[in-house]
Amino acid sequence: MQKEIIISGFGGQGVLFAGQVIAYAAMDSGKEVTWIPSYGPEMRGGTANCTVVIADHEIGSPLVKNPPLVIALNLPSFDKYEPMMQTGGTLVVNQSMVDRGAKRDDINVVFVSANEIAEQIGDKKLTNMVTVGALLAALPEVTLETLEGALKAHLPARHQHLLPKNYEALRRGFESAKEQMAVAV
Amino acid sequence: MPKELWKGNEAIAEASVRAGLEAYFGYPITPQTEVLEYLSRRMPELGRAFVQAESELGAINMVYGAACTGVRVMSSSSSPGMSLMMEGVSYIAGTEVPAVLVNVMRGGPGLGNIAPAQADYNQAVHGGGHGDYQPIVLAPASVQEAIDLMGLSFDLAEKYRSICMVILDGCVGQMMEPAQMPEMKPIKRANWDWATDGKMGKRERRILSSIYLDPIEEEKMNLRVLKRWKTIEANEVRYKEYFLDDAEFVIIGFGTAGRVALSAVREARAEGIKVGLLRPITVSPFPFEVIDQLTARVDAFLVTEMNSGQMLEDVRLAVKGRVPVEFYGRMGGVVPFPDEILNEIHRMAKVKLSVDIHPRDAWLERMTHA
Repeated sequence: MQKEIIISGFGGQGVLFAGQVIAYAAMDSGKEVTWIPSYGPEMRGGTANCTVVIADHEIGSPLVKNPPLVIALNLPSFDKYEPMMQTGGTLVVNQSMVDRGAKRDDINVVFVSANEIAEQIGDKKLTNMVTVGALLAALPEVTLETLEGALKAHLPARHQHLLPKNYEALRRGFESAKEQMAVAV
Repeated sequence: MPKELWKGNEAIAEASVRAGLEAYFGYPITPQTEVLEYLSRRMPELGRAFVQAESELGAINMVYGAACTGVRVMSSSSSPGMSLMMEGVSYIAGTEVPAVLVNVMRGGPGLGNIAPAQADYNQAVHGGGHGDYQPIVLAPASVQEAIDLMGLSFDLAEKYRSICMVILDGCVGQMMEPAQMPEMKPIKRANWDWATDGKMGKRERRILSSIYLDPIEEEKMNLRVLKRWKTIEANEVRYKEYFLDDAEFVIIGFGTAGRVALSAVREARAEGIKVGLLRPITVSPFPFEVIDQLTARVDAFLVTEMNSGQMLEDVRLAVKGRVPVEFYGRMGGVVPFPDEILNEIHRMAKVKLSVDIHPRDAWLERMTHA
């Protein structure tokens, strides 16, 4: 088993942390995992992305050309990664930040109004967690429970009070994706 | 100790601390800066020496001075910064004192860029500084390996009174992987018979220097260092093998290029192509012997690097024209994807390969006429 995930968005949307949370959960499930950020000078104010690879074996390339799983937190990321995706893959799009539908019909595109859901929960900074929850609907190797456990285990003490809202964000994203995937089938 | 998610650069820093690093001198440069940043907090916490020097020249000469006292000392930098250190590196080699240097390589030459590269192989392995010396050079491909090799690097540097360089590219420096740290080692000052650590009125004065004004004396030093190098060559070669048992084709790659090749090897194996991977862990001393042995039983080699074929020349020295050696490289900070290497494997399985064309020339032709 090997799964590759790219998470992409504006710097400040929590792109890198979203990837780390998935990496922690994968590690806690006993999987091999790599997390690698884009670390170019474009990081400040521009787009940021990270790649997470989860596997049962020693991981080779930490980067992937045609990812099966992508979270696009903004329109430039949607535009960039939609054409690059593996056929049959799942692309989670933050609907709050895009103004178009999918161009491809050979991948599963899941639209989640992540900004609105995060604001309903009470913290705009939870946008990334909503989309991570949505991605888990297409990543059976990492369960919602494991991810919540990873957040609890690795979040610094000063942030532990934010856990209930993070859990809610994850679950709302997960449910939103599940609903769409059920309709698609 | 349980596994934690470590970033390569920070893992290198903590692993060095746990190996008994007593003094660090450095200067910031991407993609290496986290080593310095981490140690700027960690070293003072433990009452150990940390100095952000005024430049790389300052840093390497502080390393030189500290190394003469026999403590575990290191610096780290990235390609352009490493170039600046080369004078000091040669002086350290000429004085025969142990020091550990980490190079998180980036695209070049010149200022280049900050993307991952392996173009400092020749600088690290075949000198860099002036004069006759050979450093030990380790090339980790993962965060865990980087941790393990940092501990080893201090041991080897001390054992052979040698420079030990750890070269990795920006990928390994920037990535996070689950890894296990070793236990914290207590600082143990070996009673070196060469260290200038203060005679306290109790023994003869010691002098450490790289100056041998009499050529005959300098040559004696050169011979002594070379003999020591022969011992290193005989005892310290390290590499990792993947799927080599029945391999007809063997890929050779170090660091990130090696692990990208592993993905391609797995895909080719799934298609039924008998291909394996040899990943040198010590690029100096180079695993000549295992490549020599493989040459007797494989059809061809493919060398993959993130440079224009620098290790390629060492592989060719081992193969000696007996079987074809092919090359695939990406330069300038471009990291190859596995499918590029898989394409090379497909090509090698399909066409008749020649030993008569230099692999770099053939690769350049393919790169520029594709």
